[in-house]
Amino acid sequence: MKKPIIAAILATTALAGPALAQDPVTLTIESWRNDDLGIWNDTIIPAFEASHPNIHVEFAPTAPAEYNAALNAKLDAGSAGDLITCRPFDASLELYNKGQLADLTDLAAMANFSDVAKSAWQTDDGAHTFCVPMASVIHGFIYNKTAFDELGLQEPTTVDEFFAVLDKIKEDGTYIPMAMGTNDQWEAATMGYQNIGPNYWHGEEGRKALIAGTQKLTDEDWVAPFEQLARWKDYLGDGFEAQTYPDSQNLFTLGRAAIYPTGSWEIGVFRPQIGDAFEMGAFPPPVQNAGDTCYISDHTDIGIGMNAATAHPEEAKEFLEWVGSPEFAQLYGNALPGFFPLSNAQVTLDDPLAQEFISWRDQCESTIRSTYQILSRGTPNLENETWNASANVIRGTETPADAAARLQQGLESWYKPGEAAQ
Amino acid sequence: MAARRATRWHIAVFLAPAVLVYTAVMILPLFGTLNLSLYRAEGFVGLANFRTLFGDPHWSEQFWNALRNNVWFFIIHMLVQNPIGILLAALLSSPRLRLAAFYRTAIFIPTILSFVIVGFVWKLILSPIWGIAPSMLQAVGLKFLFQPFLGQEETALTTLALISVWQFVGIPMMLIYAALLSIPDEVLEAAEMDGITGWSRFWKVQLPLILPAIGIISILTFVGNFNAFDLIYVAQGALAGPNFATDILGTFLYRTFFGFQLQLGDPNMGAAIATAMFLIILAGVCVYLFAIQTRLRRYQF
Amino acid sequence: MAARSHPGRTFAAHAILIAYTLIALFPVWVIVINSVKSRRAIFGAPLAVPTPETWDLVGYTTVLENGDFFGYFQNSLIVTVASIFFVLLFGAMAAFALSEYRFRGNTLTGLYLALGIMIPIRLGTVAILQGMVAAGLVNTLTALILVYTAQGLPLAVFILSEFMRNVSDDLKNAGRMDGLSEYAIFFRLVLPLVRPAMATVAVFTMIPIWNDLWFPLILAPSEATKTITLGSQVFIGQFVTNWNAVLAALSLAIVPVLILYLIFSRQLIRGITAGAVK
Repeated sequence: MKKPIIAAILATTALAGPALAQDPVTLTIESWRNDDLGIWNDTIIPAFEASHPNIHVEFAPTAPAEYNAALNAKLDAGSAGDLITCRPFDASLELYNKGQLADLTDLAAMANFSDVAKSAWQTDDGAHTFCVPMASVIHGFIYNKTAFDELGLQEPTTVDEFFAVLDKIKEDGTYIPMAMGTNDQWEAATMGYQNIGPNYWHGEEGRKALIAGTQKLTDEDWVAPFEQLARWKDYLGDGFEAQTYPDSQNLFTLGRAAIYPTGSWEIGVFRPQIGDAFEMGAFPPPVQNAGDTCYISDHTDIGIGMNAATAHPEEAKEFLEWVGSPEFAQLYGNALPGFFPLSNAQVTLDDPLAQEFISWRDQCESTIRSTYQILSRGTPNLENETWNASANVIRGTETPADAAARLQQGLESWYKPGEAAQ
Repeated sequence: MAARRATRWHIAVFLAPAVLVYTAVMILPLFGTLNLSLYRAEGFVGLANFRTLFGDPHWSEQFWNALRNNVWFFIIHMLVQNPIGILLAALLSSPRLRLAAFYRTAIFIPTILSFVIVGFVWKLILSPIWGIAPSMLQAVGLKFLFQPFLGQEETALTTLALISVWQFVGIPMMLIYAALLSIPDEVLEAAEMDGITGWSRFWKVQLPLILPAIGIISILTFVGNFNAFDLIYVAQGALAGPNFATDILGTFLYRTFFGFQLQLGDPNMGAAIATAMFLIILAGVCVYLFAIQTRLRRYQF
Repeated sequence: MAARSHPGRTFAAHAILIAYTLIALFPVWVIVINSVKSRRAIFGAPLAVPTPETWDLVGYTTVLENGDFFGYFQNSLIVTVASIFFVLLFGAMAAFALSEYRFRGNTLTGLYLALGIMIPIRLGTVAILQGMVAAGLVNTLTALILVYTAQGLPLAVFILSEFMRNVSDDLKNAGRMDGLSEYAIFFRLVLPLVRPAMATVAVFTMIPIWNDLWFPLILAPSEATKTITLGSQVFIGQFVTNWNAVLAALSLAIVPVLILYLIFSRQLIRGITAGAVK
């Protein structure tokens, strides 16, 4: 009870003058990662405070669904925290353009990040960076290794093998072949379409062509992932239409489903829930023909920036420099297996499944989700429409061609390629 | 209502605290927001946002879909929630009913629950996976009736409306109950002298007397339903799936005003939607205040 | 009264009420039994009563270890009770003015005071927050009480004025003959008579306040001013929700509102019987 009151007093007196300069300054972090409260309080913040006794950090997360709305309101009214966890691309770009996120281009730690890593938190011309990249997440499929061994199955590498495996699991009947539902819609788009899509549209090549306007969503490469999704329907559990995301997670962790289309973030979620009940494995999205180059979605997902209105810009920058350091990358990558540090620093990950996911970076070409950069800037919003379309396609209420045509039409209604890059 | 001396200061004293707090904390911020509907980022645009809302198919289709769904949501509440509420209140108010306090409390409990819990528990019960509803239906031989209700476009909205009825039936029940208890005993005794008892007493004596209260619950249901948001948001998310089958004005407004996922909030279009909703609700309330309420009062005495 | 209560009719009444009570309580039962089970058991067999193997208080222990839950409870109670008090007091005063006196602008004032239930107050968030920042009220319970009082007033005025119209004029006029001031008539004669309506309004006001997540999140998210509903949100994560803890926290959160409800519904009954003695 005492601490917050002291913090509040500090916060109010800090403006009054540096008379209290000896006392540590308190920095508050805004975040949507309720999940990480323990990690920050027990691991990350103590490590930072040990080397920076003049700064006290408080991690104050908001439930993810309310984060953007709550943060925007607090920024507008001037009551937001000093450090702001950044969503990738436009949500943060908008805050920077409104002058609410500070320009961090000159931060020394920025040298530790590649251009690709920084691209999610830069102006379109790449001249200004406003958040320190923290982590990316990689899509793929997690499977129940114990079940695979039991049924004598191998990790599929091609689409045909993938469906052959699904057929066998279905035939056997012990397990639901694949755990996915369409109730919450986003899994269909994110863990479905964006997961398998890069293999069809050749990762960055297709993504950039779409932005440049040389490819359309109605092109074969962009419709094909929908066609594969439509085939998934037969391998999902009964009543998948009403199956929510937590339902899918539980189906898999309770050992009732064999394959789980996923993102690497689930590693940290699943480990404690599964315990010793069975072993997990992972394979990247299968390619069309054996020997094809594989592409993975290695999506820049989370960064951290500075509230331009903070009363403690120096201390906040000190903290951000530390977040950009190899020390932080090492701590964060291991505290949150499946959130892969974007830093160039060599990080050793302890979790074998996390190692498996990150090893795909060497075998496959990396890309980010196709709808995130620039293309979801207008109305109708391409990403949100893709959720709806992917769910419809899996439920079989919209054909892949119709869904693609609808998305393309929505995109064309506001997006004129070429004009985007300012 | 005697005529009074020149200035009746007490009227101002009675009204002042409510009017001041309400104006400062609620009305000024809200109308400041509604005012945004006349602007875009580039400045004052008059009614352009409304032309977009009703003229651009992308917006107007969503609006009419949400309005249609909302009307259906309201109809279910009027047809299911309010009659059940009145029935329960009538039963509870019957004299010397044992356990009345227990029933009243038990039936009211769902109303107290937070939306988070209501969404969780009904999704758990209706889930095709964890088996509560399927196994219960199986036990009575009706397994074939089971469907993934919340996941199908045809059933999702009605299912959610019924969950909402379950949650809020305590409100009309309590209001009607209070109204029934307010009927003076002399009236009921007089009726009894005339040999009017039981259900006919309810129909002939009590019902006419609680018509104003029924008017209130109808208008409260109307206002509540057209502002509803939380249950759908908790159960189906801001995109109100499947395929916008459960999108009502509240979710449409929230998505637009505050933004959702990669869609950034658009306070201007959001304010335009809010203004449209406000006018719909205001029209309903005016119909009630000026047409229904005055008639009801004439009927009463 | 009610000399003849038919046994058949009483039986039917009980049958209907019991049936509906079961419908009302079944999901609550599901919540309560699952709040004391392990995650595996919740989803393995959600309807099963906890057995020694599935009995698990992990939800409750997580809740108690995580943050100051008693403090959160206290904050929720202070905010709720204070808001109810102001809503009832100010609301009843305004409702009395509207229903008792005929003056120019009466209907318009009534309509004005009802506008608030037609627009979700969430939309005013930024302006409200700016006001609170300017007044230095961010992270105080006062900010929440102010917002909830404003939010509760329209409904209170709406319902109370309806009920106050039914208070007999004879009584008030008799009071005036005895030389009572208008204030005395309101506080001593009218208020006691509308106690059932006041209790009803109190209950309606308290529920959205108790369960509100938004304004605590925006106006008072600090550790010292967190409400119970906001405190429970910490268990709802991006990719995983600790349902044990959420169920435990929200099951616990029902208890205080239930007690308030019982207090108010006693008032409701007592108000009636007091009214009958008049």
